[in-house]
Amino acid sequence: MKWWKYLAIVLLLYTAIAGLLGHVPRLAILNETERNLYFHVPMWFGMTIILGASVVNSVRYLRNPSPRLDILAHESAKTGILLGVLGLMTGSLWARYTWGTWWTTDVKLNGAAVTMLIYLAYLVLRGAVADEQQRARLSAIYNIFAFSAAIPLLFIMPRIASASLHPGMGGNPGFSKYDLDSAMRLVFYPAVIGWTLLGVWITEVACRLAFVKEKIYTKLDEKQLA
Amino acid sequence: MSLPAEIWLLLLKDLRLEWRQRTALGGLLLYVAGTVYVCYLSFSLRGGAPPAPAWNALFWVILLFAALGAAGRGLAQESAGLRLYYYTVARPEAVILAKIIYNALLLLALALPGLLLYTLLLGNPVQDWPLYAASVGLGAISLASSLTLVAGIAARAGQAGGGTLLAVLGLPVLVPVLLLLVKVSKNALDGLPWEASQSSVITLVALNFIVAAVSYLLFPFLWRS
Repeated sequence: MKWWKYLAIVLLLYTAIAGLLGHVPRLAILNETERNLYFHVPMWFGMTIILGASVVNSVRYLRNPSPRLDILAHESAKTGILLGVLGLMTGSLWARYTWGTWWTTDVKLNGAAVTMLIYLAYLVLRGAVADEQQRARLSAIYNIFAFSAAIPLLFIMPRIASASLHPGMGGNPGFSKYDLDSAMRLVFYPAVIGWTLLGVWITEVACRLAFVKEKIYTKLDEKQLA
Repeated sequence: MSLPAEIWLLLLKDLRLEWRQRTALGGLLLYVAGTVYVCYLSFSLRGGAPPAPAWNALFWVILLFAALGAAGRGLAQESAGLRLYYYTVARPEAVILAKIIYNALLLLALALPGLLLYTLLLGNPVQDWPLYAASVGLGAISLASSLTLVAGIAARAGQAGGGTLLAVLGLPVLVPVLLLLVKVSKNALDGLPWEASQSSVITLVALNFIVAAVSYLLFPFLWRS
């Protein structure tokens, strides 16, 4: 096992223990739900980073096609979807206890939902094409196209939106020094690294499985031809 | 040949082809007119025009599906042999830009008569017509630029997905565009001052540039297959 996997385990254990037991400021309405900062927000961070990795691999695929890069892009996208769905679920749960509703119309919520739709469409596209090379190329093109259409949605539209219920709003969806207690930072930043590493780990395992499957299929093909 | 000249030639070719097969254009126009008429009949059950937000949303939904129908034909109807011929005579960059412009023109030709019929049948709650018309024009361009490359991908993906694949791939990409468009046209509907919609219009134009630039960069890879 590589060192960063131990790091991921340590950081996530720390996040879970310090995140659930540690000190958080007493705030009205939010109360203990602000501990969601250690779970919900880092999942979106991790999703963005891993979807970014997926796009980078798609670009690399178009420059220099190989089945390996296609698998990397595909598995990263799947992990990104997993983290995104978890982010949606933790956010929805949090919203139930602070806003009193599971879902509401909001720029950030819409952006998140549409991003998930884009990547589900990516999976549908992969399922619709039978030829392997064609599938790899088409899905790489769609991945890059959809990612560049989703960036304005996730990062620019919330900033120009006039109103949002989501924390960290009012011109800037990031957390300013006024929002974030310094004791919470001590857990928040390790949590970001921990969840991202976990995403990378999941992707790595999934990729290895896909590589092995591909190898077996090519071996079987050779056998049938012989 | 320079790029603009090539685009111009390809655009003329597309327009000429469209004009020779007027049934296709007529079919799309009839589709828009039919949908508007169905809306008119449905709302007349409740006694007249729908409320202003519903009026606006319904118009964009009609336009969205017209755009999906129109974009589905552009790149899909060309045979493999014809594509190979284009490949030898034209640059892929010219092909995609010409297609985007052509789709935008086609959508304008669908949207403006559609809007006219829509206001005739379902009432006219718009207070700022120049802005509303401008938002419809911008909408046609935005829908065309976002859908052209996606239609190319869906056409290459083959018959497995059929018509649904274009909708599945296109809708998520179109949502940000549509949200901005509905916001601008809602402002025009309420007669709000230009300052209220300025930032949305600028974002929309910027988004169009991004999408067109990405299409320009990616289309050669799509074409090579």
